[in-house]
Amino acid sequence: MKFERYGIGIAKGMAVTFKHLFRPPITVQYPEEKLLVSRRIRGNELVWYPDKCTGCATCAKSCPQGNIEIVTHIGDENSYVVDKFEVDTGRCMFCGLCVESCPYEALAMGVGYERAQHRRGQLVLSKEELQLSEARRPSGYARPKIEPTLPRQTLLVDWDKGREEGGQKLSLVSLTKKRGRGV
Amino acid sequence: MTLLDQFRLWLASIWPEWAAYVTPAIVGIVVVLAFVLTMVIVFIYFERRLLGRFQIRLGPNRLGPEGIFQPIATALKVLLKEDIVPAKADKVVHWLAPVIVFVPILLIFAVVPLHEGAIFADLNVGIVYVVAISSLSAVGIYSAGWASSNKYALIAALRTVAQMVSYELPVVLSILGVVLMVGSLSMNEIVDSQSIPFILLQPLGFIIFFLGTVAEMNRCPFDLLEADSEIVAGYHTEYSGMKFAMFYLGEYGHALAYSSIIATLFLGGWQGPLLPPIIWFLIKVVAVFFVIVWMRSTLPRLRVDQLMAFAWKALLPMAVINLFIVAVEVLWLPEALPWIMVVVNFAFAGVLILLWSKLFVPGGGRVEV
Repeated sequence: MKFERYGIGIAKGMAVTFKHLFRPPITVQYPEEKLLVSRRIRGNELVWYPDKCTGCATCAKSCPQGNIEIVTHIGDENSYVVDKFEVDTGRCMFCGLCVESCPYEALAMGVGYERAQHRRGQLVLSKEELQLSEARRPSGYARPKIEPTLPRQTLLVDWDKGREEGGQKLSLVSLTKKRGRGV
Repeated sequence: MTLLDQFRLWLASIWPEWAAYVTPAIVGIVVVLAFVLTMVIVFIYFERRLLGRFQIRLGPNRLGPEGIFQPIATALKVLLKEDIVPAKADKVVHWLAPVIVFVPILLIFAVVPLHEGAIFADLNVGIVYVVAISSLSAVGIYSAGWASSNKYALIAALRTVAQMVSYELPVVLSILGVVLMVGSLSMNEIVDSQSIPFILLQPLGFIIFFLGTVAEMNRCPFDLLEADSEIVAGYHTEYSGMKFAMFYLGEYGHALAYSSIIATLFLGGWQGPLLPPIIWFLIKVVAVFFVIVWMRSTLPRLRVDQLMAFAWKALLPMAVINLFIVAVEVLWLPEALPWIMVVVNFAFAGVLILLWSKLFVPGGGRVEV
C-alpha cells in the first residue's frame, strides 16, 4: 500500500514549507548589507593610474566605441604628458578591451557598481575622477597581481558544507546578525 | 442577553426610548467596523510577512518598525491611484460590484461572538444567516466580472459562480453536523456548548468545512478566479483605485470572516483558560489564518475540472456521510461520554479520507475530464 496517494504528499509539502520558516532569510537588504563582488569582475568602473600611463593611446585605439579621449603633449624628458584622459562611461559597454590592451597596466576595471548619476554629463569622467581612490578600487580583471589582494566574493549559498557531507546541500550564509530591521 | 442589550437597558433608564434604541446599534456598528478594518490591516501585514518567511524572504520591513506601516502605505497608494472605468463597461454595475462584495463580509461579523455576550446581534438562526450572507459576495464578484466587459474578468466570474455554488454544499453540510450536536443555530450557543472543541468531536467535518471555506474565500490552492498566471487578475482585472481597494479589503475580510467562523464553530470560539476571551478568539483566528497562508505558500493551484471534481466527488459525499455518522451518534451515543465520540470520529475520518483518496484517483493519478 503506497501512501503517496493518501494525502501524504500534501503533508510532506506542508512540512517542507514549514521548515522554511526557521531558515535565515536569503534577502540582502541592499543599502545596509552589500555583497562583495567577484574579484575578477569586469564591472562598472575604470581605474586609471597616471604614473604608469605613458599616453600611448593604445586603449583609445582598442575601444570599439571610441569613448576614451586622450590629449598629450611632449614633455621635458622626451615623453608624453597626458593633458586630458576622458572616458564617456555613459557609452562604455565595459568590454574590458582597453584594460587588456594597455601595455603598462595603467588601466584596470573597478570593483564598484554604484555609479548611477543624475545627469548624462556626470558620466563623462575626467582624469582626476578616474584615478585610484577610496571609492574607486581596481578589480583583478586581466590584472592577476591585483586579484589576491582583494577580499573573496560573498556568496549567499554555502555549498562547501554540503560537499563535505557528500551531497548538494544548500545552507545559507547569514550576512549579518542584524536582520529584519527597518531603515 | 448580549452586552449591547444591557447597554440599551441602562440607557433606557436615563435617555428617551428612541435614543436608547439607536445609540447601542451605532456603537455596535462602530466597534464591529473598527474590529474588522483593524484586523484586515493586521492580516494583510501578517500574510505578507509570513509569506516572505515561507519563501525565505523577509517580506515588507522598511516602513516603520518591522514594516508595520506597510499596509497603510499600500492603502494610501491604492486610494491615490486613478480610477479607470473601461469604455465599454456597464458603469453602474462596475461601480456597484465592489460594494456588493465588501458589504456582506461586514454583515457576517454581526453574529460572530468575540466574548461572552459580545455579539452584535444574537440571532437564533446565526449560522444560517452567515451561510446566506456569505454567498452574496459571489454576486458581487460575478457582476464585477460581467460589468468589466473583459474576457478574463468574465472567465473569472463564471469560475466564481461554479466554485461558490459547488463548495457551498459541503460547507453547509458540515455546518449541519455541528448544528446537530449543539441543537441550536445560534452562534452563542454553539460556542457555549463546546466544552470539547468540535475539531476533536468532528475532525472530518472540520476538514471539509476548512477546505470548503478556503475555496469559498478564493484563496490558494483554490484561487482560480484570480489565477494570475492564467487570467490576468481575474474579476478585478479592470479595477483600480478605491474600487480595487474594496476588493482587496474584501478578500482579506473574507479570510477574516471565515477564520472567525471556523474558530467559532470548531475551535471553541472565545473559550479558553487563563487569557481573556477576546485574546483567545484572536489567537484562534490568527492560527486559522496561519494555516491558510501556509497552504497558499505550499500548494499549487488546482485545475478547473479538478476543483469541481474535488467538490462534487470528494467533499460532498464525505460531508453527507459525516452528517449521517454525526446524526447516528447524536441519536444513540450517551451524551456523558463525549470521548468515545472523539475516538470513533477520528477513526471514521481516517477511514473515509483513505477510502476517498483511493477512489479519487481516476486515470492513475491523472484526472480525466
